Amino acid sequence: MTPASPTPIGLTPDSLTVFAPQGMLGYGIPERSMRLGMERRPDVLAVDAGSIDPGPHYLGAGTSFTNRRSVAKDLEMILDAAHAQRIPVLIGSAGGAGGDAHLDWLIEIYREICRERGYRFRTARISAELDRDWLRRRLADGAISPLDHDIALMPGHLDRATRIVGQMGYEPFMRAIESGAEVVIAGRAFDPAMMGAHALLRGFDRGLTVHMGKLLECGGAAAYPRHGSDGLLATLHRDSFTVEPPNPDKVCTVASVAAHSLYERANPYHMEFPGGAIDLHATRFEQESERVVRISGTRYVAAQHYTIKLEGVECVGYRTIAIAGVRDPILIAHFDDYVANIRSRVAERYPDGYTLNIHSYGRNGVMGPIEAARAEPPFEIGLVFEVIADDPDTSAAVLALTRSAALHVTYPGRKAIAGNLAFPFSPSDIPVGPVYEFTIHHLVKTEDPCSPFAMDLFTP
Amino acid sequence: MPEPSPHRPSGFPSGAPSGSWANTATIGDVAAFVTSKNAGPYKVALDIVFSTAADYQRFVGHAGLDREAVAAIYGIPRADVLDVIHFAPAFAVKVTLKRRITAGARGDSDVYGAQQHVPLMQHRIPW
Repeated sequence: MTPASPTPIGLTPDSLTVFAPQGMLGYGIPERSMRLGMERRPDVLAVDAGSIDPGPHYLGAGTSFTNRRSVAKDLEMILDAAHAQRIPVLIGSAGGAGGDAHLDWLIEIYREICRERGYRFRTARISAELDRDWLRRRLADGAISPLDHDIALMPGHLDRATRIVGQMGYEPFMRAIESGAEVVIAGRAFDPAMMGAHALLRGFDRGLTVHMGKLLECGGAAAYPRHGSDGLLATLHRDSFTVEPPNPDKVCTVASVAAHSLYERANPYHMEFPGGAIDLHATRFEQESERVVRISGTRYVAAQHYTIKLEGVECVGYRTIAIAGVRDPILIAHFDDYVANIRSRVAERYPDGYTLNIHSYGRNGVMGPIEAARAEPPFEIGLVFEVIADDPDTSAAVLALTRSAALHVTYPGRKAIAGNLAFPFSPSDIPVGPVYEFTIHHLVKTEDPCSPFAMDLFTP
Repeated sequence: MPEPSPHRPSGFPSGAPSGSWANTATIGDVAAFVTSKNAGPYKVALDIVFSTAADYQRFVGHAGLDREAVAAIYGIPRADVLDVIHFAPAFAVKVTLKRRITAGARGDSDVYGAQQHVPLMQHRIPW
């Protein structure tokens, strides 16, 4: 099924300007860029508020990787600007991971700002947490398939998952706009969706709209120099769109814009989204002026089935860590023996039921087993001891034994018999809490792009 | 020209001339950017971006990269190099690797996949 056919609303102008004041809500908005961007009289303010990149923890724990105070500051600036010019605001992937806990965290911040300033925007809240019974039925119907891996989804995955979100496409945003929402705050979403919902409603070309959103979703990242959180303006026409940074110290160049089309994607020529894909084989990037790039030729390709990407995590245990440094060259020369001795001491007391990792920075802490650099021995090694066990107490107990073994265990030629480690902190042992892993990263087919995503309307 | 990298010698792409060290450079020497970042939790995307069309064309025509070469550079199975795509509009070559460990899962050491570019950056090519 293809996405809902565009329903023109109001006038159908020949251009539409979308302003993304930043690439991530909470990462800061330069005041000058905000002011200059708003002087261009955009039709829509849209911002991405989340990402899967910070890892599975946030989706599981229901917390945001962005900071509350920073998010509130940015959201104030956006709402003030929207209120002053009476333009809509669309926010997707609220609270980082875009689950209900994350969405309600952002809506609480939103309500506080609105209450303080007396703003009464008609607001849509769109949930991205999907009904498990619906997912079970889709699974039974063979409508769920793995994405980027080959592990078939099993009913147990759905039962055990701490939280499951779906990436909504354009249609839930379009429905919210058609319902009269001036502000839309949505859970997990396909990043460009909030950038282009108005454009699709006004019948702009789907391929260009999606490509425009892809560039806007990271804000100023498509401009050079690429430093600091900043904004991006895009103006969509019937046959092309332009992008430019509101910050006069930055420029969009063919290279900066084309390079951003690569970002965080496996294939720069082909990008899939709910309901279709865009094809960049015929895309033209042209330098319109010193700071503006015009893009045309990007084609929309309809998908055979409308699919929603699922993201889900489950809790696999509790982590405790300790951080320490090693400076002794004799220990460093016998590092493998040293680590083996620690592991055997711990295993004498706790033979199994946990995972013990020893991250060795200065040696292969980043690349692990594929590290190829084997130059001079490092003069110091940074160690992170990590234990994951089924419950917090076991995790703490195994980590405590690991830490004391690491401090006192012997190795060939040892002279420093009082202690092997420099601990930077007391306490040394740090409980990190529950550990989540991605267990669901699948596509689910749906006939209706909107119904899985519950919408509520309210006025703060 | 910097000293040869401490990496183990990695084979030149098949078909590339095996020039003397005097006529080589690392990819990091000649590219504007060499980056890595997750493309979802199961893949890492490596981007090599050149400053000019001329540098890009020289790289593609003269040295280039294919899945075998990337597998040798990283010391990983060829099957884990999912794609090598040349993207002329951005003067860029994109390499996609399968992650050994899913982002953030037990044993992962780079949740964002942001520090996996160094073997590629230090890879020496005829230049």
